[in-house]
Amino acid sequence: MQSEITFLLNGEICTVSNIDPTTTLLNWLRNEKLLTGSKEGCGEGDCGACTVAVGSLDQGRVNYKAVNACIQFVAMLEGKSVWTIEGLKDASGHLHPVQDAFVQTHGTQCGFCTPGFVMSLFAAHLNEEHYNKQEADTLFAGNLCRCTGYGTIVTAAENMQGVGLDQTDQTRIQNDTTLLEKIKSAKTVCLESDGRMFYSPANADDLADLYAANPEATIVAGATDVGLWVTKQHRELPCVIHLGRVEDLKYIKEEDDKLVFGAGVTHTDAMPVLAKYFPDLGEMMRRLGAVQVRNSGTLVGNIANGSPIGDTPPALIVLGATITLRHGDKRRSIALEDFFIAYGKQDRAKGEFVESVEVPLDQAGAQARFYKISKRFDQDISAVCGCFNIAIEDGQVKEARIAFGGMAATPLRAKAVEAALLGNPWTEATIDAAVDAFEQDYAPISDMRATATYRMLVSKNLLRRYFLETSHSPEQTRMVGAGAFSL
Amino acid sequence: MNMEKKDMIQGGVRQKIHHDSGPKHVSGEAVYTGDIAEPAGTLQVYIATSTRAHAAITKMDLSAVKTAKGVACVLSAEDIPGKNDVSPVYGDDPMFATDLVQYYGQSLFAVAADTLQNARKAASLAKIDYVDKPALLTVDDAMEANSLLKEPFVMARGDSKKALSASKNTLEGRFRVGGQEHFYLETQAAFAIPGEDNDVLVHASTQHPSEIQHKVSSVLGIPYHCVRVEVRRMGGAFGGKESQGNLLACTTALVAKKTGKAAKLVYDRDDDMSITGKRHDFRYDYKVGFDDNGQISALEMDQALRCGMSWDLSEPIADRALFHADNAYFLPHATITSYRCKTNTQSNTAYRGFGGPQGMVIIERIIEDIADHLGLDPVEVRKVNFYDHKDTVNGTRRTTHYGMEVEDCIIQDIIAELEETSEYAKRRAEIEAFNKTSPILKRGIAMTPVKFGISFTKTFLNQAGALVHVYSDGSIHLNHGGTEMGQGLFTKVAQVVAEEFQVDLDRVKITATDTAKVPNTSATAASSGADLNGMAAKNAASVIKQRLIEFMAERHQAKPEEVIFKNGCVFVKEASYTFNEVVQEAYFSRIQLSATGFYSTPKINWDAATGQGRPFFYFAYGASVTEVLVDTLSGENRILRADILHDCGQSLNPALDYGQIEGAYVQGCGWLTMEELVWNEAGKLTTHAPSTYKIPACSDRPQDLRIKLFEQGKNVEDTIYRSKAVGEPPFMHGISSLMALRHALSSTVGGGIVNLDAPATPERILMTLDTLRKRV
Repeated sequence: MQSEITFLLNGEICTVSNIDPTTTLLNWLRNEKLLTGSKEGCGEGDCGACTVAVGSLDQGRVNYKAVNACIQFVAMLEGKSVWTIEGLKDASGHLHPVQDAFVQTHGTQCGFCTPGFVMSLFAAHLNEEHYNKQEADTLFAGNLCRCTGYGTIVTAAENMQGVGLDQTDQTRIQNDTTLLEKIKSAKTVCLESDGRMFYSPANADDLADLYAANPEATIVAGATDVGLWVTKQHRELPCVIHLGRVEDLKYIKEEDDKLVFGAGVTHTDAMPVLAKYFPDLGEMMRRLGAVQVRNSGTLVGNIANGSPIGDTPPALIVLGATITLRHGDKRRSIALEDFFIAYGKQDRAKGEFVESVEVPLDQAGAQARFYKISKRFDQDISAVCGCFNIAIEDGQVKEARIAFGGMAATPLRAKAVEAALLGNPWTEATIDAAVDAFEQDYAPISDMRATATYRMLVSKNLLRRYFLETSHSPEQTRMVGAGAFSL
Repeated sequence: MNMEKKDMIQGGVRQKIHHDSGPKHVSGEAVYTGDIAEPAGTLQVYIATSTRAHAAITKMDLSAVKTAKGVACVLSAEDIPGKNDVSPVYGDDPMFATDLVQYYGQSLFAVAADTLQNARKAASLAKIDYVDKPALLTVDDAMEANSLLKEPFVMARGDSKKALSASKNTLEGRFRVGGQEHFYLETQAAFAIPGEDNDVLVHASTQHPSEIQHKVSSVLGIPYHCVRVEVRRMGGAFGGKESQGNLLACTTALVAKKTGKAAKLVYDRDDDMSITGKRHDFRYDYKVGFDDNGQISALEMDQALRCGMSWDLSEPIADRALFHADNAYFLPHATITSYRCKTNTQSNTAYRGFGGPQGMVIIERIIEDIADHLGLDPVEVRKVNFYDHKDTVNGTRRTTHYGMEVEDCIIQDIIAELEETSEYAKRRAEIEAFNKTSPILKRGIAMTPVKFGISFTKTFLNQAGALVHVYSDGSIHLNHGGTEMGQGLFTKVAQVVAEEFQVDLDRVKITATDTAKVPNTSATAASSGADLNGMAAKNAASVIKQRLIEFMAERHQAKPEEVIFKNGCVFVKEASYTFNEVVQEAYFSRIQLSATGFYSTPKINWDAATGQGRPFFYFAYGASVTEVLVDTLSGENRILRADILHDCGQSLNPALDYGQIEGAYVQGCGWLTMEELVWNEAGKLTTHAPSTYKIPACSDRPQDLRIKLFEQGKNVEDTIYRSKAVGEPPFMHGISSLMALRHALSSTVGGGIVNLDAPATPERILMTLDTLRKRV
């Protein structure tokens, strides 16, 4: 075990010990390092003003991700390279090309959100990713600006298309690669502060042992949820186990009949693989959180936290997913839908964690559709997330799997609706007859996102939309995403 | 010597100069209040707030708070040496509650500790007993209980009752628009550093340093001259930092004077949204009379607005909603009554447009009703109702319902140009055709005008001061009473000074707003920043320039008019001298190279008692066309295209003005389409962070956005280089998004009046459509 963490900050090795295990990166940067360029706009990963770029070694090269520093714990950064807005200028004090692009397009007004936008584009630039006007919407979905209306910012991104890495950036990446190799560690990190513990194991066996030994601990992968327990609920977590360093849980197995995602796989990494087989799920995941959240949060974390409003659980339920739970060296697999028992209660023993999720490919998933309904298209929690996987054969409903988020205390299948559809002809009359069954399946609540009345009405309408989508093009049915209506 | 051969100066007026802080914004070097380096021992302050909407406080035991870890001091009402009030005008906002709380989130006491975490933890140890009282949360609650801040105010002209009964057609209706959270990215912040004697220096994120100075002095019981307030920049404000920073500034100043240590207070987002006021939501009831062309003959309207627990700035905001109930339309007979509702919620405050948007959106809604009722294109109804064009001879449709003559009306020119460039009519026809066949998705389009009155309606506020030094090396130091919140005011005023001296902009040092440099200032608000401070700075610069002209004329036996400042040089007859040479010579000749400047807006007057006068120096105009797409199964909606033509007069800086227009439009659309404030039954705001309160994100802006400045624009009044104010007017272009959504719904159900309230969230659209379908 090692009792300190080592990472790179703006290209230099930085070693930290004696840190409170849940000190956020943003507070540490601002209060300890007096690097005040990163801003706090919300403290919950929703505005992006604190965005920094975090580099990780991936098969010999460094991959950079935009991350919200406000809900990232410093202790999670072992072996990473952190770039903040202060590190971008070159040695002679010239603005980085990304920075200059914002100045030239008048892309700043009050400037408070600007460092976050710059860092989002900077991370993309280092990975040599380029964004056109429409793609920039997705790149910047996690960065809010209240002044500009975004147009000038998007133009800055457009102007960076085709601009390659200059000498400064090449040196930056080379230096990061060298130093990250140098500080690489396979040891478990163990930090203690006032009796509060933080563990960051480097492999799954150590994780399993640590969790079995500390079953009351909180497991953190990307901290996109747990981070808010600290910054919003002001909770003091007595023991945290971090699984973000566990390399052997970062696997994605793409097999003939199934996909398997380890617990360490982020949404960003899972998304293209899922999209390959289930294009519409890819589109929904494009709207799950935003770049920064998807870069930190994991697919399995979205399941394991048991939230009734997570977007991937209902999606994976209609695809027939199963999960594997592990306790020490014992494993068991269950259907994902059986994992959710009640609000805040899952089928998970003390010290047991979700190790992986498996999505079968043995059925035709192409007809599956995933509808995320929220007040805002991007970076919003769903009022209703409706997922449909209905097989039609010879004009009859042969199989139907429907599950919703936001309609009950857990992600839940609409079994009465499914029953009303099964065996019936795939016609509007069948749909008309089936929609009322939603009222048997669900009794949604009213909250700040939607009323129960709306949730119910829109759920019924989503079945209608699904029906129409079997005979109409996306251009006739979709507001956003691939093939959607545009002028 | 040929003056024409020289290039023009770099950074004079009308040039597209980037924001002076741009390079600092992008490098994180721009310092905001929360970023200022802290002296050793700086205390972090947390304000504890009420968890009841309306209750008597029967006990407040803070003993455990005081002895908690890290706590340096705990302050409640009894610790205030001066007045327990942080209100802007009316004396009705206690700094700390004593025996009564009037909203969920009201400040109770402050804790200063070594760390924010310790301060917050300590605050949670307070024992507070409440006895609940009935809480009025909404406009409906307040109207039913007749809970008003004062008796209803009526603005009227003619005999609307008689004219209504004589009208060929009449319609009546009820309409509601929601409030809006400012969501400046930088939350409220203040940082106080104690000085000797009674002195205190307060760095505050505020649009109104003078008011901060006054409130700190009142709370501490010391004269204004002891309090210095400085603000270099804000991370956005939008009106939310006009009065809402008083509590933070007073609290940090009090902590600083009590402890002798610097004190910092930065709200986190949840506290900011829970404590501070927002845009007022409105309920309107109206009756309108009109002829078969849609020309309005009479209007009667009640405007009820949620002011919250105290006045704050609600009176002039409610007034501005009355002033703008005409938008660009002549109302021959009108009676408009304003109900200023007192509720147990945050005290609502200034927000971009200051009641103007709420005044305008209802008349636009009424125009649409009339059009739908008569089966006309709403644009045709708009046209027959416009005020007379400024060039109309013997115009009879010129006088507003508050007795002001509209002398500068150019809305016809703007509408004509925009109709053509946006292809409004053609697209409307296409959309109608599309909607007939499209099964789920429907489109809508609308064109709305803007006429917005420029000036503070409290006439005395229309004054500004500036301070300009020219140093003996030729560098220039500029200071004025305006504040920089991102709008680019500092850049524009510096351009004015560069223009006046005919030197490059980089010679002009922009400095933080400081009550010790320019005193007795008004808030940077009402879009007036450049108009007022630009003129004051021009005045200061011209005083110095005049001294230099006289000096050079005397020295070179020339007439003053033969001394010309141009392109970095001073020409005297055939000779030319660099600006530096002239300045140095003047210095050695003991010419004063520093001056103050002052400006007060001419022509304006307003008599609140009679409701008559000329409250505005001039009007800013513009128009927009928005096209939207609606999913009729979910109510989801988005903007496909927007065309905006806006009148900035002769723009001081077209790039900055473009930025104001674009940002304001998106913010205005946010207000009317997606931003929704929700309070629960206990009166707690449940949308208190961006996870639950959704402002427009990047993809919500129109993919196709075409903004143009109105090229013929020229202010008929003698404003700073004939420009027009731009901060607020383009916000109201967002109204066309709501009307376009309305069109989409109307078109979906085959016409008729659509009662679509705002914000038009997916839920509101779907439920409205559901009602309409049942009606059909």
